[in-house]
Amino acid sequence: MSRVRVLVGTRKGAFVLTSDGKREEWKVSGPHFAGWEIYHVAGSPADPERLYASQSTAWFGQLIQRSDDGGTTWEPVGKDFTYEGETGTHQFYDGTAVPWEFTRVWHLEPSLTDPDTVYAGIEDAGLFRTVDGGQTWQELPGLRAHGTGPQWQPGAGGLCLHTIIQHPTNQDRLTIAISAAGAFRTDDGAQTWQAINRGLKSDGIPDPDAEVGHCVHRIAMHPSRPDVLFMQKHWDVMRSDDAGDNWYEISGDLPTDFGFPIAVHAHQPDTVYVVPITSDSLHYPPEGKLRVYRSRVGGNEWEPLTNGLPQENCYVNVLRDAMAVDSLDECGVYVGTTGGQVYASSDAGDSWAPIVSNLPSVLSVEVQTLP
Amino acid sequence: MIRVKLPTHLRNLAHVDGEVELDLDHLGEASVSMVLDALEDRYPVLRGTIRDLNTGKRRAFVRYFACERDLSHDPPDTPLPKEVLIGDEPLLIVGAMAGG
Repeated sequence: MSRVRVLVGTRKGAFVLTSDGKREEWKVSGPHFAGWEIYHVAGSPADPERLYASQSTAWFGQLIQRSDDGGTTWEPVGKDFTYEGETGTHQFYDGTAVPWEFTRVWHLEPSLTDPDTVYAGIEDAGLFRTVDGGQTWQELPGLRAHGTGPQWQPGAGGLCLHTIIQHPTNQDRLTIAISAAGAFRTDDGAQTWQAINRGLKSDGIPDPDAEVGHCVHRIAMHPSRPDVLFMQKHWDVMRSDDAGDNWYEISGDLPTDFGFPIAVHAHQPDTVYVVPITSDSLHYPPEGKLRVYRSRVGGNEWEPLTNGLPQENCYVNVLRDAMAVDSLDECGVYVGTTGGQVYASSDAGDSWAPIVSNLPSVLSVEVQTLP
Repeated sequence: MIRVKLPTHLRNLAHVDGEVELDLDHLGEASVSMVLDALEDRYPVLRGTIRDLNTGKRRAFVRYFACERDLSHDPPDTPLPKEVLIGDEPLLIVGAMAGG
């Protein structure tokens, strides 16, 4: 029978949650790296026992940890994320120019085919890659060399590269997103990049439909239909049918279109999940009710999923990397909250139950479906 | 022999219990910089955790204390206090008090 392994990054360590395919009984392992912020833990699609974790604190900096046994044991690997060449400047919050400076690794995206190859999205926004299992990391500098780099500015969480999407068959195509610069795509293996933000409108920048400056929170793609992208922007849920060349809004009947994560059902490419949050100044669910919203038609028409989720006095947030799906026959959906709960649904969102309820604030959730 | 006391997170990273004891070639001239060089040689995992990997500067939330003095803002090549050089007092590497 298939199994699932849920990889949870929190403000105070990492946790590994495992269950069989029924997803009813869970074993909890952790905290790993206790006391450290774990922005992301990810497993290799090519070798599910190979995991990578981003471990950091403001005190002692960045480490990358690697496991070759599914998270039972870990070893620190390379942590030198030195930008290539002249770093130049980007905008600070007040519009002044400041030099690029490494802060932390936000997101790790292992290669679809090679367990030793991993992409890393960092703050200040840059894209790095290792091809030796994390021992050394090299910047892919074409992204930061995009002519708009000096106009990029940090979102509230920093100038972070948080989303990395690999095309399922074309290794030369990557799609990434940066808060608050927007979405970018390469079609030549990261040598050159184009901004793909046409159709986005953001009130928080001087020119609402500028080429860059948009606070994209998350992008999701179904591998069977890689030209269709779904985006949760700061405000607005968006969709592109041409790999990001053009975007249109699909917020439809959502109670609010502010939010952070977005995910696509493992087997139904038009079934999309978001977690609406009250507003940019109130980072908790409307009316104190935690509701995941599901569209079965690719957007615009959304239904609230509430069964098993707290429907009163709930004031947690779900961060951009904290929702994931498994690929069992009945697709599982997982949501981690800033209140330390990880909720799981084993029926595509119809009903939910907490796996754990009292972890530190959850930063990220990833799921591995294991044989 | 110089005694170094690390904060909990760094002791865990380096898998050490208690204080670290370091023998330096030029003990009588030892500075914070020399002690950290020796510490990182013995425990490579600590590179970048106390000083920036590239600039070598002390990380903003790390402090160096010894003999009830804050050495954090002294030039890193300043000789350590005599009590540290002879092992009577440890060099304390401290995570600054700033939230939790």
